[in-house]
Amino acid sequence: MTTYYTKEHEWLRVDGDVATVGITAHAAEELGEIVFFEVTAQGAIKQGDSAAVVESVKAASDIYAPVDGEVVDANPSLADDPSLINSAPEADGWMFTLRITDASQLDGLLDAEAYKALIG
Amino acid sequence: MLETPLLALHKELGARIVPFAGYAMPLQYPAGIMAEHLHTRAKAGLFDVSHMGQVSVRPLDGDMASAARAIETIVPVDVVGLKPGRQRYGFLTNDKGGILDDLMIANLGDRFLIVVNAACKAADTALFQSVLSPTCEVEPMDRRALIALQGPEAEQALARFAPAVADMKFMDVIQTDFDGLDVIVSRSGYTGEDGFEISVNDADVERVARALLKQPEVAPIGLGARDSLRLESGLCLYGSDLDETTTPVEGALEWAIQKIRRADGGRAGGFPGSDVIQRQFAEGAPRRRVGLLVEGRAPIRGGAPLFAEVEGGEPIGVVTSGAFGPTLQAPVAMGYVATPYAQTGSAIFAELRGRRTPVTVAAMPFVPPGFKR
Repeated sequence: MTTYYTKEHEWLRVDGDVATVGITAHAAEELGEIVFFEVTAQGAIKQGDSAAVVESVKAASDIYAPVDGEVVDANPSLADDPSLINSAPEADGWMFTLRITDASQLDGLLDAEAYKALIG
Repeated sequence: MLETPLLALHKELGARIVPFAGYAMPLQYPAGIMAEHLHTRAKAGLFDVSHMGQVSVRPLDGDMASAARAIETIVPVDVVGLKPGRQRYGFLTNDKGGILDDLMIANLGDRFLIVVNAACKAADTALFQSVLSPTCEVEPMDRRALIALQGPEAEQALARFAPAVADMKFMDVIQTDFDGLDVIVSRSGYTGEDGFEISVNDADVERVARALLKQPEVAPIGLGARDSLRLESGLCLYGSDLDETTTPVEGALEWAIQKIRRADGGRAGGFPGSDVIQRQFAEGAPRRRVGLLVEGRAPIRGGAPLFAEVEGGEPIGVVTSGAFGPTLQAPVAMGYVATPYAQTGSAIFAELRGRRTPVTVAAMPFVPPGFKR
């Protein structure tokens, strides 16, 4: 399994052709307390399309598809406890799984070191 | 970017600073909006609201009644009847009855102190000067900070430094001293809780803020929680819930226009837009500001259109403010709807991400107020 990061502060853990997607601890900290999470995409989506939405007390934020794919599952735990995104953003607070349709796009993403450099 | 005299303190406390009405202001501190909101409802929160405008209006001949009558030509509330040591809510109107700004006006005995919104303070001050300056000295108090201490334990914390505040009731205003510093204190605020606003010289405000923050009840609170607190309490944010196109009747602010200023009152009308506003008092307005409760946990936000039916039809209104209410643990919103839909319990729909979500018109405030009457 390899973990990639995006400039939009998402992570994806790739196992075969399926990626588990969430937001980074840095992004969760920036958003503040999450009160609602919903996957909004259905079927095939393109890299950069809005796939889900997180709502903090203050504002709504889109979560983008990191690569082309099809949304497979949403994290069922987040319906009852969206605060998992704050408490465990890179583990139990995962958001959805995506069946990757263009694996070559992974080459354009960041590794942990590059992401760390991005957020300073 | 303009700065309040507390900016360095906010940064020291770890605040996330954002631009607001031209000022660098704290959005939240490390505790976060949810915790700050709940702390204010449970104990006492300290807010920097120094971006707001404070304007002193002093009658040149000392005649407060004639100054009050002059103010009444632009503010449609009972200013003449506002007793020394009392404050009330009001607004400035335009000739269409729209609201130019909402404000607080306090009678300090020898002058009025008017507190206005940051984004409007230049225009408001110019209006006060043009209307009032023949008989009054209109002085923007640019070197004056304003902080708010809000919550059920605000009184006990503030009274340690300014014991006189313990005898104040909601909307009283006094000039007193805070540990030897001259301050003007009103028992009011923007959270729905009991609390105080404290006007103090820029040079002294950090001392006051630090002294209050050392009290066990008190935590610093940012603009994020200020917004969710005022929204749960049904209070309007000028620029979102009120603007130049909304009248006091549309804005459900009839309570702020005392009988004496309405048709058949002793000093009826005589303010910009009074024809429109008096007609709306008699006949109603085409739309009305209402509270909205949302099913589920997804907040609806300002700008979301409102519909009568789950499908089709034209919008019947729009959401003007929406957030997640930390005390209610549910989304809360307010907005304008066509008057036939404005009754409490009216079942309508808000469009959220392309889908229509059921919402119910609800009485405000959403949480019971904690005022000490």
